[in-house]
Amino acid sequence: MHRNLAAPAAAVAALTLCIGSAFAAGEPVIGLITKTETNPFFVKMKEGATAEAKAKGAKLLSGAGKADGDNAGQVTAMENMIAAGAKTILITPSDSKAIIPAIKKAQEKGVMVIALDSPTDPADATDALFATDNYKAGVLIGEYAKVALAGKPAKIVTLDLFPGHPVGAQRHNGFLQGFGLPSNDAKNNELAKPAEVVCSADSFGDRAKGQTAMENCLQKAPDVNLVYTINEPAAAGAYNALKKAGKEKNVIIVSVDGGCEGVENVGKGVIAATSQQYPLKMASMGVAAGVDYAKTGKKVSGYTDTGVTLIAAKPVPGVQSVDVKTGLSMCWGKK
Amino acid sequence: MSTVPLVMEAKGLVKRFGQVTALDGADFELRPAEILAVIGDNGAGKSSLIKCLSGASIPNEGKIWLDGKEIHFKNPMDARRAGIETVYQDLAVAPAMTIAENLFLGREMRRAGPLGKYLGALDKKKMLEESIARMAELKVGIRSMTQAVETLSGGQRQCVAVGRAAAFAQHVVIMDEPTAALGVKEGNMVLELIRRVRERGLPVVLISHNMPHVFEVADRIHVARLGKRAAILNPKKISMSDTVAVMTGALPPDKLPPECLAH
Amino acid sequence: MEKLKDKLPPISQLGPFIALVIACIFFAVTTDRFFSAENLSLILQQVMVVGVLAIGQTLIILTAGIDLSCGMLMALGSIVMTKFAADLGMPTVLAVLCGIGVTVLFGFINGWLVTTIRLPPFIVTLGTFNVAFAITQLYSQAQTVTEVPDAMVWLGNTFKLGGGAVSYGVVLMIVLYVLVWLWLRETGAGRHVYAVGNNPEATRLVGIPTERVLLGVYVLAGLFYGIAALLAVARTGVGDPNAGQTENLDTITAVVLGGTSLFGGRGVILGSLAGAVVVGVLRNGLTLMGVSSVYQVLVTGILVILAVSVDQLSRKSVR
Repeated sequence: MHRNLAAPAAAVAALTLCIGSAFAAGEPVIGLITKTETNPFFVKMKEGATAEAKAKGAKLLSGAGKADGDNAGQVTAMENMIAAGAKTILITPSDSKAIIPAIKKAQEKGVMVIALDSPTDPADATDALFATDNYKAGVLIGEYAKVALAGKPAKIVTLDLFPGHPVGAQRHNGFLQGFGLPSNDAKNNELAKPAEVVCSADSFGDRAKGQTAMENCLQKAPDVNLVYTINEPAAAGAYNALKKAGKEKNVIIVSVDGGCEGVENVGKGVIAATSQQYPLKMASMGVAAGVDYAKTGKKVSGYTDTGVTLIAAKPVPGVQSVDVKTGLSMCWGKK
Repeated sequence: MSTVPLVMEAKGLVKRFGQVTALDGADFELRPAEILAVIGDNGAGKSSLIKCLSGASIPNEGKIWLDGKEIHFKNPMDARRAGIETVYQDLAVAPAMTIAENLFLGREMRRAGPLGKYLGALDKKKMLEESIARMAELKVGIRSMTQAVETLSGGQRQCVAVGRAAAFAQHVVIMDEPTAALGVKEGNMVLELIRRVRERGLPVVLISHNMPHVFEVADRIHVARLGKRAAILNPKKISMSDTVAVMTGALPPDKLPPECLAH
Repeated sequence: MEKLKDKLPPISQLGPFIALVIACIFFAVTTDRFFSAENLSLILQQVMVVGVLAIGQTLIILTAGIDLSCGMLMALGSIVMTKFAADLGMPTVLAVLCGIGVTVLFGFINGWLVTTIRLPPFIVTLGTFNVAFAITQLYSQAQTVTEVPDAMVWLGNTFKLGGGAVSYGVVLMIVLYVLVWLWLRETGAGRHVYAVGNNPEATRLVGIPTERVLLGVYVLAGLFYGIAALLAVARTGVGDPNAGQTENLDTITAVVLGGTSLFGGRGVILGSLAGAVVVGVLRNGLTLMGVSSVYQVLVTGILVILAVSVDQLSRKSVR
């Protein structure tokens, strides 16, 4: 007789506990989905998100795709997080178009979705975007390069990402704009090519491929004096190629990213100037917005620039920059 | 029963696969320089018998003798080393490789001297010469030993496979359905080759469904039925239809006149 | 006349060399800097890594297998050898041997899974690719290893040859190609690789140790991946954990362009060298012409389709 009551009694007790804890919890649940787990850029993002979540008393769920381009992995992560109670999803989309149906489904469930670092296509598919202004990042290094070149006729080599990528286009076109050359605007995905650009090649953001691209461009334009690179690994590869040709002292290399390795390279003189971006800030702003939404039901919207700073070892007049030491204190990646 | 010294002999072979008994006390006798056809309906134990003789199968019971010595083959390589060569139904050739390479496949000749001994360098010239010589001996009319096997017709490929077996066999050549899927002309070409193998002094065990071909070349016919040897027939005396009847069981062998049986 | 036709290699094997010559002539005519000793030796240096990777990949494809992990194994090998030297202070030769040892070990794992557990090479190497990538990222913590001893990059050093600078690594690549070419042509073990790829059932029946040949091929490929890792370090001067991500497909492209059949049993290894060089020539030539890299990808794709079609058609014409 007693045993028959024990089971249902235990079930009622457990249920009460569950409901009780659900009411007691109340902490906002926020999901962060990056492209991969291992890229130091995203590692830094996760750091920022975790710190902000702890500070604000929110619960952070994190996940990622297996590799750059793994859309299915991100979709699965999103579904799991929403099932676990996440009301805000922060995502760096691997595939800016393919992720949209999953985002729509989430939004229908009342979940706020914020894109970090790169937009979806179209950008208004997410509630908001916290990202670097990649065009501005390019403008800053363009301005620096113009002054650093000190009036010499510019012979520019651009080492880009690969054709069609919006970030690659923005940084490239911004650089040319900042330098004062005819360029395309921030919405244009085509790479501008004024006459001063004597060679363009694709580096895929990779060190070895950046070296190959630079070597080939050196063959075409041995008198190059300025190299724009899409990111710091490509810049390191370009430097290697220049060094092998004995030309590294006569060429200025500029880049974008602000990772710790890259900033160290600015300190070593490999890169003259780089625009630093702030993955940590993107993530922490995202978490703050998520907490806000959970508490007040107010969503963020639109594009918020998470800032970009020019880092240069040798400052030039008229262009604002910070030194390497400051750059290292704000950099992402392992020091 | 036989007074002629046998090249190969088997008594009481039993082979079971789970519940199925494929060989149920089968006997076998192969005389020197003869072509012995092995025929039988599906499930008669024909292929199981051949597998035991070529080392592809190990019998559960029974004994096998080769040249009077009892043998126990654990795998086809043991049989090959003992001098028994088998021509499989799918030929076992590498089609993209040349005839010469296929003849020596798995038995490549190395060069004399340190290059061959330590580095494994092949004596391609010698292998080519040997290939030409052996195939000429068997009067196989293929133009060049350096053409790829896949450029040959079905019958020519069969000749290459038979030639390979004949070139390396020391005691027995087993052939599994060598004329299947061949046209009339090509089939005859292969039969001619089989006769020449016998002329070289090698006995041939020929498994075949093709009665006309069997009757054309065989000296004796071993009929397998129900896992045993039903009879040994004399193709010169018995008719094809009676042979088929013995094979299917319609005609019990003891009802045959004595000259139809071969001893 | 017929004898001459018999003596010439089939079109699928001559193809890559013809394509290479045509490409070189085209760029020599349309640009003024392509056909210089300096530029040509540069291209060879650029294809060094994929070139050596392609030796291993060719061996595997000759057995009708495929290796999707080669680029990742190379990255792992280069991280191991640079970190062992930089972090553990190991002498260069020992560190390099350790790096190569790791790639050989993974080659063995690939081969063992294919021959003993009998999994398809595509699936096995897909798995190894992921495992190797993860280990590389975890061990390196996604950090590039920059403190690389000079001895380790020695293969990247060059000597002067007729107006251009040839790196020792390129010489090594060519020597390796010739050695493997001779091995495949002139030894029993080499011919067995072709036989196993052409008809594995036949090789079993004639007594060739088919499983051992397959395992040996994967282990040998691992050795070449390790050498490629050393060449990658020599070329860039660092251990890069993010290297090798496109090398898997680049290597397979080189092998297919080189005329080796994906169905196994057919192909000449020197073709893979030509295939790798053709890709490098296209990349270099189109950059010199100022043409967008999209066209390089387009032309490479067309060539791959051509190469596979020629191989198929030339086999269909045989009865």
